[in-house]
Amino acid sequence: MSNSDRRLDWIFGTGVLSLLLLPWYRIELGFFNLSWLTGFMGDEDLAPAILQASTSGRWWLWGAILLFAAAMLVRVLQPVSERRGTLLALIGAAGVLFVAFQGLAITFAGWTWTIFEGLFGPLSAGQPAMGAGAITLSIMFVLMFSFGCAERGVMKGDAFIVSAISLLAFLVAVFVFYPIISMFVGAFQDFDGSFNPDGFLRNIVDPSIWSLGCVIGSERCGVAWRTFFLAVTTASGSTLLGLAFALVATRTGVRFKKGLRLLTILPIITPPFVIGLALTLLFGRAGVVTEGLSQLFGIEPGRWLYGLTGIWIAQVLSFTPISFLVLIGVVEGVSPSMEEASQTLRADRWRTFWHISLPLMKPGLANAFLIGFIESMADFGNPLVLGGSHGVLSTEIFFAVVGSQNDPSRAAVLAMILLCFTLSAFVAQRLWLGKKSFATVTGKGDNGVHAALPRSVAIGVHALVIPWAVFTLVVYGMIIAGGFVKTWGLDNSFTLQHYNRAFSISITDSGIAWTGVAWNSFWTTMEIALISAPLTAAVGLMTAYLIVRQRFAGRDLFEFALMMSFAIPGTVIGISYIMAFNLPPLEMTGTAAILIACFVFRNMPVGVRGGVAAMKQLDQSLDEASLTLRANSFRTIRKVILPLLRPAITAALVYSFVRAITSISAVIFLVSAEHNMATSYIVGLVENGEYGVAIAYSSALIIVMIAIIAIFQLLVGERRLRRASRLAISMPASAPKEKPA
Amino acid sequence: MNTPGSVVFQNIRKTFGAFTAIHDLSITIKPGTLVTLLGPSGCGKTTTLRMLAGLEHPSAGRILIGGKDVTMLPANERDVSMVFQSYALFPHMSALQNVAYGLESSGMKLKEARERAEEGLQLVGLAGMGDRLPAELSGGQQQRVAVARALVLEPQVLLLDEPLSNLDARLRRRVRTEIRELQQRLGFTAVYVTHDQDEALAVSDHIIVMKDGRVAQEGAPRQLYEAPASSFIADFMGEANVMSCQVIAIEGEEAMIRLGSLTHKVPKRDVMQAGEAKLAVRPNAITLEPAADAPFGGVISHAAYLGDHVEYEVETEAGRIFVVDQAVDRILPSTTPVSVGFKQRGIAIITN
Repeated sequence: MSNSDRRLDWIFGTGVLSLLLLPWYRIELGFFNLSWLTGFMGDEDLAPAILQASTSGRWWLWGAILLFAAAMLVRVLQPVSERRGTLLALIGAAGVLFVAFQGLAITFAGWTWTIFEGLFGPLSAGQPAMGAGAITLSIMFVLMFSFGCAERGVMKGDAFIVSAISLLAFLVAVFVFYPIISMFVGAFQDFDGSFNPDGFLRNIVDPSIWSLGCVIGSERCGVAWRTFFLAVTTASGSTLLGLAFALVATRTGVRFKKGLRLLTILPIITPPFVIGLALTLLFGRAGVVTEGLSQLFGIEPGRWLYGLTGIWIAQVLSFTPISFLVLIGVVEGVSPSMEEASQTLRADRWRTFWHISLPLMKPGLANAFLIGFIESMADFGNPLVLGGSHGVLSTEIFFAVVGSQNDPSRAAVLAMILLCFTLSAFVAQRLWLGKKSFATVTGKGDNGVHAALPRSVAIGVHALVIPWAVFTLVVYGMIIAGGFVKTWGLDNSFTLQHYNRAFSISITDSGIAWTGVAWNSFWTTMEIALISAPLTAAVGLMTAYLIVRQRFAGRDLFEFALMMSFAIPGTVIGISYIMAFNLPPLEMTGTAAILIACFVFRNMPVGVRGGVAAMKQLDQSLDEASLTLRANSFRTIRKVILPLLRPAITAALVYSFVRAITSISAVIFLVSAEHNMATSYIVGLVENGEYGVAIAYSSALIIVMIAIIAIFQLLVGERRLRRASRLAISMPASAPKEKPA
Repeated sequence: MNTPGSVVFQNIRKTFGAFTAIHDLSITIKPGTLVTLLGPSGCGKTTTLRMLAGLEHPSAGRILIGGKDVTMLPANERDVSMVFQSYALFPHMSALQNVAYGLESSGMKLKEARERAEEGLQLVGLAGMGDRLPAELSGGQQQRVAVARALVLEPQVLLLDEPLSNLDARLRRRVRTEIRELQQRLGFTAVYVTHDQDEALAVSDHIIVMKDGRVAQEGAPRQLYEAPASSFIADFMGEANVMSCQVIAIEGEEAMIRLGSLTHKVPKRDVMQAGEAKLAVRPNAITLEPAADAPFGGVISHAAYLGDHVEYEVETEAGRIFVVDQAVDRILPSTTPVSVGFKQRGIAIITN
């Protein structure tokens, strides 16, 4: 039997199983509960597709069953040929579209769209959300499509590659595009799902969103403009400070450069609202500084922190390290020989800096600005803690669904506006800056020394950097110290009560009892982060492999769409997941699965980016050599590519793990009582005014993440190839060689 | 070894977007021969090799290996193996693991694969070096590991993509001899891609010269060198001076030609009648004698002494020509008027 017959038989086997034995619809108690096994053939809700279609009046399922049977017939009647490939690909595509379409068209109450009721008459029974059977069958249809294409010679007949591309496209469609589309549709719907543009029309012209009152008069501006102004000022601030830090780190003789580098990991391990929390403890109504000032100078404690000013400070603190990370590469990327050339052409330091170095950094500066802009727009944690009544778009979206308003249409409209802002910035970044980089990393030894900064610039840069660095240290010190103080401002005595409340353990007869209030969400967070990290890394690196190594139609579009999903703010993801996965055909809200899906597809672009960079350094002839040595693509990936990508894998794992722990914006929409995450629990504590416990929990999270990063670094270590070869050169040829581990 | 396989390309076309890399290519390679695809960079020789390996699929046409149609078969299911220009040794595996990799991929038991890999390393003279990582081997040794890795699979056809280009000049000569000896001893079919005509002449049974995605000429090495079909081939297969001449008469198998007032006899090849023609003359087939008045004369414009020969550039009535002269005792200085003559060999009439 040929390879293509064997793999087809495998999907037919699985498909038949899913039609005859697996429950077609979603089971309330969960599929993995397995309690459905006892009575599923008799129970109408638990029955497989074949029974649903024949006895429960769900006749439309015959469509899927017949398509599948037709494919089996093709397999039996036709030998391997291009023609068979075409037929199978067509049936596979029709199958997956049919399953998706029937799911969308028929829900609990029957037809979703009245036009079908006219065509086919009313239905005797609706249907619940898809379950194990439906999902398995859909995947089999996708694989059938892929195998058919492979038989036609698509991707050089490599079935593994075609399947990987199709499955990935399928998953991205389900978990990125379907939710976004649902959200857009949701803007035009009433609660019962019928078309009603009123909500959309009311909200899109709402002056509380669009008013420009603050420019022309004393009124407040609309939330859209407020968010925009905030993003512009935050981006300017963080870019300026990032540049100052980068210049200090590379162009001056500062001794604590290593310390500056450490600064770059801070935003990765800091949950986004923690800075805002620390600022509250410093400058809030009862903050240390506020109290101090009022006692010393009698300055009336104000509420100035709560609003755009406070958010701006918190965001600049949060995003300066990111901008520093971007700009340090840019500043180092300016070729020293350019500056040296300028100096030999009689230009002094000031002229060199102003006319050569700075213009060469311009595209990098614009890039840092746009990243700061997108980050500020997407930020949810800081505005939630500091926003008060002066919210921004991301928090307004949240309050539109959870608050007393409960207006999904308004949330959708706000989300669209937010999406427009961030996507415009993203598209500008990709299209406009993509071709303009002057960063000159040529690979040729560029033996030069960067010109020192002109005196005036050096002074200015230090005047910015030193106070800001001190401020950052104070804020982070506050985070660590905050958990050990009774009530900041009122009673500054040392206490362990916050940690005790959060993390107490008592040992009873029956074992360890996790009595602290934080444990529940802490373990859930760890569990979900541990599950989603390897999935994220796997999906991200697989995508990177496909993008770098395979040429297929729509590859550029595919890459663009993936990267674009990075510019979708978490709040938008959260609201769109709720709108998409709350009702059939896919019902996932309240489960751990929706959190995992959200993390995987939200953090994947970073894995992709890291994987692409790493993979581009691997000579393509390595994969080709493996292929000509009788290994299929799967074996090639496993034996050749993965071992050589170890550093990228580690980075992807650590990053996705940490992001799953720190993220809040999307998570806060998706958590449930059963699956509560640490961040949303902390936000709950803040809302209750339990700052001590909140900050104690936050600093515990930061410590845990630092520990995890350190352990990963130690475990995986460097790639061994280089060291082994260097060892070999330094050893005499006759000496016995140790085999590298 | 497996029985060596033949290779047939039938009307192969390959396009990359709007660019056509290969136009309607049809070639046949006999089993057990070493055939070289030769041509300047961008001529499509590597694309042809990659299509044979299954790393590219043709846009149209059929490829047969050993009589079996493999056009749509993926690389890992074809009975060929390849030595890469960069060797493409897996840097994280030892030499032995590299050689055993293909055997293990084909489903051979680990122990047997190791034994066969040892034999393979022995075949290329690397017995006992199996534990070393590629980075611990010299360039020449890496190259041999790459050959062993491809050969242990006993493919019907062995493909070599510029296998010598990463070696230094001295080593290159030795390794190409080794490859040729190995091929003749084991009798496999080999397809060899190179842009170096010396290499091609030295190792091949048959050479296919390609230009702009088409076959420019194919034949035995001697045939290509001595009877080039075009000025491109003449110039590419060792340098040649291409000059216009008059064919004044055909006498049996010979053509009488005239350059200036000099007449000379050359094999007529496919010239049928008197008229305009072109002459390809090897630089060492030209004689120079100092003379003020000659039937075909010129003036030395540049002379360079290179140890065992002298190179001249000479301005003649038929344009500037390049001459290699073995007479190093007598160097003709610039501006010397000379009489230009031809030797019997190294001169060919070409029709296009």
